[in-house]
Amino acid sequence: MDIEINDDLRNSDTRRPRMNTPILEARDVSKSFFGVEVLHGVSMQLMPGSVHGLVGENGAGKSTLMKIFAGVYQRDGGSVLFDGAEVDFTHPIKAMHAGLATVFQEFNLLPERSVAENVFLGREPRKVGFVDNRGMSRATGALLAELGIDFIDPDALVASLSVAEQQIVEITKALSFDARVISMDEPTAALADHEVELLHAIIERLKARGVAILYVSHRLKEVFDLCDTVTVLKDGALVWSGATTELTPDSLVRMMVGRSISTFFPAAIEGTKVGETRLSVMGGGNGYVDAIDLTLRAGEIVGVAGLQGAGRTELAEAIFGAVPFTRGTTILDGEKVTIRSARRAVKSGIALITEDRKAQGLALRQSVLDNALLVIRGVFASRTAVVRREVPGILSSLEISFRGLNQEVQFLSGGNQQKVVLTKWLATKPRVVILDEPTRGIDVGAKVAVYSLMRELAKEGVAILMVSSELPEVIGMSDRILVMHDGRITAELEPGSSEETILSAATGTLTGPLEEVA
Amino acid sequence: MSIDASVRPKRRVRLDSTVIVYIALVVVVVVGAILVNTAGRNFFSTGNIRDILTGMSVLGLVAIGQTLVVLTGSLDLSVPYVISLSSLIAAETMRGNPNNIAQGVLFALAFAAVAGLANGLVVTKLKVNGFIATLGVGLIIKGYLDTNYKGSSGSVPTEFQYIGATGLGPVPISTIIMLALATLVFLFLRKTRMGHHIYAVGGSLEVSRLSGLRTARPVIVAHIICSVMAGLAGLLLASRLGVGSPTVGSQGGYDLLSIAAVVLGGTLLAGGRGSIWGTIGGVAIFAVLDSVMSAIQFNPFLKDVVRGVVIVAAVAIYTGRGLERRRARFSTKEVSR
Repeated sequence: MDIEINDDLRNSDTRRPRMNTPILEARDVSKSFFGVEVLHGVSMQLMPGSVHGLVGENGAGKSTLMKIFAGVYQRDGGSVLFDGAEVDFTHPIKAMHAGLATVFQEFNLLPERSVAENVFLGREPRKVGFVDNRGMSRATGALLAELGIDFIDPDALVASLSVAEQQIVEITKALSFDARVISMDEPTAALADHEVELLHAIIERLKARGVAILYVSHRLKEVFDLCDTVTVLKDGALVWSGATTELTPDSLVRMMVGRSISTFFPAAIEGTKVGETRLSVMGGGNGYVDAIDLTLRAGEIVGVAGLQGAGRTELAEAIFGAVPFTRGTTILDGEKVTIRSARRAVKSGIALITEDRKAQGLALRQSVLDNALLVIRGVFASRTAVVRREVPGILSSLEISFRGLNQEVQFLSGGNQQKVVLTKWLATKPRVVILDEPTRGIDVGAKVAVYSLMRELAKEGVAILMVSSELPEVIGMSDRILVMHDGRITAELEPGSSEETILSAATGTLTGPLEEVA
Repeated sequence: MSIDASVRPKRRVRLDSTVIVYIALVVVVVVGAILVNTAGRNFFSTGNIRDILTGMSVLGLVAIGQTLVVLTGSLDLSVPYVISLSSLIAAETMRGNPNNIAQGVLFALAFAAVAGLANGLVVTKLKVNGFIATLGVGLIIKGYLDTNYKGSSGSVPTEFQYIGATGLGPVPISTIIMLALATLVFLFLRKTRMGHHIYAVGGSLEVSRLSGLRTARPVIVAHIICSVMAGLAGLLLASRLGVGSPTVGSQGGYDLLSIAAVVLGGTLLAGGRGSIWGTIGGVAIFAVLDSVMSAIQFNPFLKDVVRGVVIVAAVAIYTGRGLERRRARFSTKEVSR
């Protein structure tokens, strides 16, 4: 990365604060919802020009703290100091105008409007009373250039941008408020590795301008790569706050979950046998993937790695019939099948845990029970009554925490929502389970629960295909690793292959064994 | 290595939906002209062109206003009754006296603005869905019309009737007024903050709120403009009929027809995306279809069938394109190094 910091830019920043006093500080901040205290007197300091990692399991209070800073929630006790003065933002826009911007996980962008219109929404520059559209584009282009971005057209519709680019638009918007603090809520949750690099380069630039970054992340590697200081929260209380150099990955995980990293990826359960072929695809292809040859065996976990856009999700959707193969042959348990719809797939015993939990996995405003029974009611209606009795058992075996079967799933944490999705599919007793980014945006505890479940399913003879952008996950869980590039499977790697090997296959620079055959 | 190359997706240039509307319009005109010619008549005769443009003017006025309301994510079902009552207010105030023209116009538009304000306030302050809110306000006006009028009433002076009856060459004055207002509204959407915010609140109320917008204002303004445009349509109809009529709006079916024209013009019914010129294109398609079907003496019962097929097909095409674009976000190919 050739990130050069423009000296003019640095000097022109008149709002640049002193480097040795905190720009943002929480003192004994507490917050309750409906009588339940979710933050207990948390204190932390954020220094200008530094990146401060805010880590902890889901439900630890990271998002709540961030939203108190952002003015989305009002604190119940304690104080927040911004640039040395106590502040009390009653609306997010007030925090933005003060110079405290937040990039939420759910982007606050209008997909049908241009980049420039999004950046300046509500503050459109005017000339003699009329919106200066051209000036707005130019100003947006200049802000993007400050971030070192020359490939986003200020006039492009946000809907036409990739997730990573949309995130850059959010950061540009923050910059347009002359933000001195930018909080980012799991900014890399939806990014592929090369996009993460880009984001980190942007963060370096912001740092050099004296902007302080509050960085919420589940990825431990990032915390060590990027953060100067770290605050660990657990169950709403401060566990530790200090310099990253004082931490090791192991000590950090222990502080977050009270469990060591070595048990992070559970080993295969005693007695798991890789058996006969469950599902095989020969020469499968459609508009998104091509020349797919794939075999899934009973008791086997096959990982699929690749960059965003390599066609991994499309492969999962093709096998599941959501966007069916238009070419090739699929054989399921020795029988040739044609899976042209999701309904057909479900009837054949295939399950797909989708990447986007909220949009594709759950009916958010319906209850836990309704969601758990969604597939059963839709496809195997006659079994509803029986499965209805099994649901509580499945839920409790996944250690889901919820208020009751009638609670709406929108109020559950990400990890618990994912467990509801898993329950929904387990209820169908699938023979082939496809998981697309199964641990995206869920806490470490829930991740381990998902991994353990995969091992258990494998023991029972289920064939598992796991699509993931998290390389440690792919390496830690897979019996075989498929790497996709440009809609094709370009390499098949041994378990325990290094991240470097997988990455070079994913970027198309490594010739895998499959390509030699082809 | 520069940081840009790795994430730059290839982008395909796509036809804007407004462009598609005008391509469709050209197709309709060509096919229509051929059909009319085989029936032994000239589609491009001055008289026929004037008829088509006249047919566009009233629906055009209503649809311009409707576009704004739909862009904010609301709807206006009260337009037919606002049209009728405006025509009555104008005709009864003028009572055939040219000196009362200004007063009549003013009263009619003032009433329309109040109706729009009521719609906007019910939608934004009472948080009633636009469909129901405007249906309710519309029914209230309808109730007033039904109890107070048994037939047409009042009369407009000859001078006022000229507006509906004269033109520049084949172009009626009413169409010129409609197109001038379309241009004004186009500029309003493009060049004012309020215009930008109409798109914003329709795109996402939550995003707009978090960006510090006063989210009620654009919706209220859109509803007022929509009703005032309906009021203008009522004035135009009064000028054509010479009297005010309690049924002129509902007979024209301007509520659903204007929404249909807006959607045909590529505006998203959910709000946040669309354009005035798309709407005008949609209105033109309807006007040309009507003219062609009358000229070839098409079965009048099938007219609405054709309209229905056109509108459903249009939305199906837009939806298909929309889905494709959504998907493209996830399948953009990386530029490999």
